[in-house]
Amino acid sequence: MIAYIIRRLLYAIPILIGVNLITFLLFFVVNSPDDIARMQLGAKRVTPEAIEKWKAERGYDKPMVWNAAAPGVAKATDTILFDKSVRMFALDFGRADDGRDIALEIKSRMGPSLAIAIPTFILGLFVTVSFALLLVFFRNTALDVGGVVLCVAAMSISGLFYIIGGQYLVSKVWNLVPISGYSGGLDAGKFLILPVLISVVGGIGASARWYRTLFLEEINKDYVRTARAKGLSELRVLFRHVLKNAMIPILTGVVVVIPLLFMGSLLLESFFGIPGLGSYTIDAIGSQDFAVVRSMVFIGSVLYIIGLLLTDISYTLVDPRVRLN
Amino acid sequence: MDFKPLLLWSDILLWAMVAGCVALAFYCRRQDYLRRAWRRVGESGVAMSSATILAAFVSVGLLDSLHYQPRLPAQEGSTEAQYAPEVLSALDALVADLRLNKEKTYSAPLATHAFAKETMERDGVQTRDYPRLKWGGAHLEDVAGRDSDLARRAASGAFYGLLLWAAVVGVAVGLMALARGAPYGATCRTVWQPGTAATRPIAWRAVFATLAVLSVIGGITAAWAAGYHVFGTDKVGQDVLYLSLKSVRTALLIGTLTTLVTLPLAVALGLIAGFRGGWWDDAIQYLYTVLNSIPGVLLIAAMVLMMQVVIDTHPEWFETAAERADARLLALCFILGLTSWTGLCRLLRAETLKLRELDYVQAARAFGVGDARIMARHILPNLMHIVLIALVMDFSGLVLSEAVLSYIGIGVDSSMNSFGTMINAARLELSREPVVWWSLAAAFVLMLALVLAANLFADAVRDAFDPRFQWRARRVVKKVAA
Repeated sequence: MIAYIIRRLLYAIPILIGVNLITFLLFFVVNSPDDIARMQLGAKRVTPEAIEKWKAERGYDKPMVWNAAAPGVAKATDTILFDKSVRMFALDFGRADDGRDIALEIKSRMGPSLAIAIPTFILGLFVTVSFALLLVFFRNTALDVGGVVLCVAAMSISGLFYIIGGQYLVSKVWNLVPISGYSGGLDAGKFLILPVLISVVGGIGASARWYRTLFLEEINKDYVRTARAKGLSELRVLFRHVLKNAMIPILTGVVVVIPLLFMGSLLLESFFGIPGLGSYTIDAIGSQDFAVVRSMVFIGSVLYIIGLLLTDISYTLVDPRVRLN
Repeated sequence: MDFKPLLLWSDILLWAMVAGCVALAFYCRRQDYLRRAWRRVGESGVAMSSATILAAFVSVGLLDSLHYQPRLPAQEGSTEAQYAPEVLSALDALVADLRLNKEKTYSAPLATHAFAKETMERDGVQTRDYPRLKWGGAHLEDVAGRDSDLARRAASGAFYGLLLWAAVVGVAVGLMALARGAPYGATCRTVWQPGTAATRPIAWRAVFATLAVLSVIGGITAAWAAGYHVFGTDKVGQDVLYLSLKSVRTALLIGTLTTLVTLPLAVALGLIAGFRGGWWDDAIQYLYTVLNSIPGVLLIAAMVLMMQVVIDTHPEWFETAAERADARLLALCFILGLTSWTGLCRLLRAETLKLRELDYVQAARAFGVGDARIMARHILPNLMHIVLIALVMDFSGLVLSEAVLSYIGIGVDSSMNSFGTMINAARLELSREPVVWWSLAAAFVLMLALVLAANLFADAVRDAFDPRFQWRARRVVKKVAA
C-alpha cells in the first residue's frame, strides 16, 4: 500500500512539471511580458521607461529560460522560468499585483471557502443519494417518471439562475438571511446557509439522475434477487445491498473533488461576497492579475492529483476485489 | 446594390457545419446500423418534439448568420458607394422594428408607459409622471384600450400562426404522400395514428403538435411585437425580445463550433493512442492527464486572459467591432475545445484498444493493410456512435457554460449579445425597487427551452445508439460549477 502511494506520488511529478510548463507557455510565451505591460499600463501611459519599470517591479525583466550574464548556478535560476514557475513547487507564489504575498492570502482565504464547500459537499451527497434512492424505491411509477423529468429540467437551468433566484426569494422577498457578506465565528452561519442550500438544490438534477441509473443497474443483478428471495424487505435491500455496491462508481466522481473543495466556488463566493479563494480567483481574473491566476492553476492541479490518489485508495477500502498493484 | 454581403469567420464555419451535418445525414442513410439507430430516435415523440424546438432555434441562428453592411445614403459629389461600418444580419432586417424602436430606459413587458417617472410639462404645469413610451403602445389613443388591443392582436396572431401551420403541415404531408406513393388521405391517417410496436412510424404527430404550439406562440409574439415591447426593454431601452433572439446565435455557435476543435483532436489522438500503443500511447495519455488535471474553469480563464492580451495588442487585425467580437467568440470556442477534448479522447482510446484485437482487424492486418487504412476503414466507423453521442451530449453543457463564463468576465465580447451578457447586465436589476425582472426572465425562458430540448434530444440519441454504455455526464459545466 505504502509502496503504491509512493509510486503514485512519483507519477504525479511529471504531470505537475507538465502543468507548470503549460502555465509558463501560456503566461510568458504566448504574450511577451512587454505586451502584458503595455496592456496593463493602458494606451496613454506607455513609454519604454514605464514598461521597464513595470517589468522590474514584478521581476519580469529577467531572461526567459537562460541568464547568460549571471554567474554560476544563477545562469539557470535568475530567470523568469525559475522565478515564476519552478518556485511554485515549493509553494512560493510570489506577490500579487497589489503587493500582497499570494501564499499568505491563500492561507487566510481557505477558511471561508471550506466553510461553504464542506457543508455543501456533505449535505449535497446525502440529499442526492437519498433522492435517487427514493426514485429507485418508487421505480416504474408515476413518481419515478416525474422525478426524472424534474431532474432533467433542473439540470437544464443555468447555475446562475439558482443563485439569482434564491438570493431574490430568500433574502429579498422573505427577508430571512442577509443577501451577502461574511463574518467569522458562529455568526457565519446566517451568511452560509443560503449559499449552501442553493448549491445543494442546484446540484441535485444531474447527480441524482446519474445515481439513479447506477442503482437501477445494480438492482437487476443476481445478488439482489437472492437478497429478496431470502425475504429481506425492499428498504433493507436498497440500503444494505444496492447502496453499498453502487457506492463504488459514486466514489469515483465524489472523492476526486474533495481536495478541490479548498478552491471554493467561483460563482457562489462572488455572488454572496464571501472572502474565499473562489472570489479571490474571480477578482484576479477581473483585474487581470496573472500571478494569482497562475498560482491558482497550479494549486488546482496539485489538488486534483491528490484527489485521484485518494480515489484509488478509497477503492480498496470499499471494494475488497481491487488490489493496488 | 443596397447592401454588401459580409461573411464573418463564424458564419463561414457555421454554414460549413450545416453542410457537414447534411453530409453526415447522407452518410447515415447509407449505413444500415446508423439509419436504424436514427429511426429509433424518430420513433420517440419526446425526441422529435425536442428536435423541432431545436430546429426553430437553429433557424433563428442561421438567419442571424447572414451578415451584410447596409449602403449609406450617397454623398453629394461622390459616385463611390459607401457602406455603413455597422454589420447587420438577415434577422436584424426581419425584426427591424424591434431593433430600431428604442425607448429611453426600462419599460415593463407590453407596457405603454415608461418604468421611471419623469418631469413633464402638462398644460403649463410641471408634473412628475410616467411618460408614454415612444413605441410600446404608441398607436393607442387611449391606454385603457390596451388589454382589448392585446387580446385582439393575440387572437389574430394565433389565427395567422395556425394558418401558416396548416399550410406547412399540408405541404409536408403532401410531400410524404408523394415520397411513399400513397394517396393523400391514407398518408394523413398514418401520420395521425399513434404508432404501434409493429408499424413503428416516425413520430410525426409530435412534430406537428410542437409546430402548432410554436406557431401559435410565434404568431402571438409577432402580433404583439408589432406594437409593443413583448419582453420589455432593458436599461438603455433596447428591446429584450430582440436581444434574446440575437443571443440564440451565440449560444448555438458556442455549442457547435467547439466541436470543430474537440473532434479532430479527440478522434485523431484517441485512435493513435489506442491503435499504435507504445510511446505514442504514453505521450498522448500524458498530454491529456496534464490538461485534465488543471481545473477546467481556471485553464479556460488563463487562456482567455492571454487571448485578450493578443487581441488588445493587435487592434489592426480587425476592421469592424463585429469582426473583433467574432474573433473573440471563435477564440473562445477554440479554448473551450482545447480544454474539453480529453474526456472523449479517453473513451475513444479505450474503445480502440478493444476493437484492434477483434478478428476482422487482425485479418486486415494479416492481409497487409496499412495502419492508416485500418484505422480509417475498420476502426473509425465503429467509433462513430460514440462520437455522435458525445457531440450531442456536450451541446447543452457548452451553452450553459457560456453563461457562466460571460458572468465571470471570460466569455464572449461584452458587445456581443449572448445569454451570459444578458444575465450579467441584469443581475443587479432584481435589487431595484420595483423589481426589473423581465430581462432575466427572458434569458431564463429561452435558455431553458434550448437546453432542455437539447438534453432530451441527447438522451434519445444516446438511448438509440448505445443504450448499454454508461455515459457519465461529462460536461464542461460540471467543472465550471464546482
